[in-house]
Amino acid sequence: MKISDLFEETYAAIVVNKVRSSLTILGIVIGIGSVIAMVSIGQGAQGSIESSIQSIGSNLVLVTPGFQRGPGSQVSGGRGSAQTLTQEDADAIIKEVTLAKAVAPEISRRYQITVRGKNTNTSVIGTVASYAEVRNVKSASGSFITDQSVRSLSKVAVLGPTTVSDLFGAGVDPIGQTIRINKVDFKVIGVTKSKGGSGFSNPDDAVYVPLSTAQRFLAGDNYVTTISVEAEDASTMSAIQQQITALLMARHNIANQQLADFQVINQSDIVAAASSVTGIFTILLASIAGISLLVGGIGIMNMMLTTVTERTREIGLRKAIGAHRGDINRQFLSEAVTLTLIGGGLGILLGWILASAVTQFAGIATTISLSSVALAFGVSAAIGIVFGYYPARRASKLNPIDALRYE
Amino acid sequence: MIECRSITKIYLNGGQETTVLRSVSFNIANGEFVAIMGPSGSGKSTLMHILGCLDSPTSGQYLLNGHNVAELSDDALADIRREKIGFVFQAFNLLPRATVLRNVALPLVYAGISRSGREEVAKKSLAAVNLEESHYNHLSNQLSGGQIQRVAIARALVNNPAIILADEPTGNLDTKTGEAVLATFESLNKQGRTIVLITHERDVAAHAKRIIHIRDGQIINDEKTR
Repeated sequence: MKISDLFEETYAAIVVNKVRSSLTILGIVIGIGSVIAMVSIGQGAQGSIESSIQSIGSNLVLVTPGFQRGPGSQVSGGRGSAQTLTQEDADAIIKEVTLAKAVAPEISRRYQITVRGKNTNTSVIGTVASYAEVRNVKSASGSFITDQSVRSLSKVAVLGPTTVSDLFGAGVDPIGQTIRINKVDFKVIGVTKSKGGSGFSNPDDAVYVPLSTAQRFLAGDNYVTTISVEAEDASTMSAIQQQITALLMARHNIANQQLADFQVINQSDIVAAASSVTGIFTILLASIAGISLLVGGIGIMNMMLTTVTERTREIGLRKAIGAHRGDINRQFLSEAVTLTLIGGGLGILLGWILASAVTQFAGIATTISLSSVALAFGVSAAIGIVFGYYPARRASKLNPIDALRYE
Repeated sequence: MIECRSITKIYLNGGQETTVLRSVSFNIANGEFVAIMGPSGSGKSTLMHILGCLDSPTSGQYLLNGHNVAELSDDALADIRREKIGFVFQAFNLLPRATVLRNVALPLVYAGISRSGREEVAKKSLAAVNLEESHYNHLSNQLSGGQIQRVAIARALVNNPAIILADEPTGNLDTKTGEAVLATFESLNKQGRTIVLITHERDVAAHAKRIIHIRDGQIINDEKTR
């Protein structure tokens, strides 16, 4: 039998049984398409969670105050409530923690903000110029807080994009306007670029003012609520964490680390917590994908088995008129391969369309990975080929007359 | 050429043995035209399948051109079926949803003949059974019983076999078409081919030169009529 005849027979067999062929292909398409779409959503979600963690800044070490506990009191005010971190602590960290690339102390509190009749309540962050670098804040227009404005206690403010639309309405340029924070007038000098929501605090809904101004005119003291420290790279983060802990314990005269009135959080701790969540998420999606692959596989298997059983008579006839066993095997193998290739190609296309549709309409980022495509295609193709080929091989071993009588 | 030595065929059906052929022995020489007659269930179809190398006897020997068929491999048997034997099945066994031309040319696919060569031979073969050319590209399941029968015979002829085995070739045909088919067999026989056909009609058997009567798996009469 010639190769060209083999292809001709394959083509004829597939075209002649249009319904059967298209059902088989459909089974493969759905099996592969759903796995690719599911895995791409899972991996996309993982990617977007990781990038939103990175958006608060990279290689970050955060220093926050510890419990507030009055003398002899057992009532805890909760973490972060104590006013134990001061401007001097921040200055000491800048001076003595040599591994730190940049240090940005901040004081943040919520205030009512008014602009000509409109008002909103949002967090006002008093900070320094390096905050932009450490916390990955980019300017959309105007400028960020400068060292000069911190030194001169300027009453200037930089707004987040959400705050701008809350106070001025969408599409209005607020630069040069005056806003009133806690009865003090501030001039708007810039707007930050949108970062997208990251968890409970929305970095787009915030007002940035110089640290010194916030301490003097808004808070009335020189405490800070958070000191953000950026490490050179991930490997120096724990060393920085230890240096800061030692420095602050010495400054606050605390000998036992358990009693520290501050805490130092490493960003990799946050990443680890988040990746344990995304890990569960991925396992969940992978198991759904696995089940759909299994169901798809059983569908392919059913289709292939019924096809070959039905065609045992045809196999008998072909043998009766002189086909070798190998001719039969090659023909059915070629049919199974052709069906799985067509189904696989369409399935990859379907998976890609589904993933793009999810991105388009649900706004969830999706990533199609080569490994998921290979896995889905490989499993379906293997099932299709094994169950298309194996029963045909068995039938080709029968006596022609037994195959012809088969029902 | 065809030599049967005490061929016995036993089917196992649900643990129960059914003896279809009991120690059947006969020879058919080259160029003979033999009719096998017998009532239904007499084992004539089974005998025909064994002669066509489609089935194997439970015991006894079948020698084709001096070769013991039992000793040949599966693929060697396929080669014999393709090169030496043309088989017309009682149920025709055409590929459904395939054209007449493709059905007739199918044995030549396995002989490795090119597409154009196949179609040329298939057309000659169809012309020999008097099928109108307008039907060549019809699907086999769109044809009438008589036309299907002629396509089945054309397929049996297409590989130019030395032996033609036909199981009730006129069973579904009206008298006129039946006569035409038998005339085809007679002219094929005149060309020197060996013809063996199964029938239960005396008129049909009368065309043959030799009639073997079979009943309950045994030969009860073997007569030369001409």
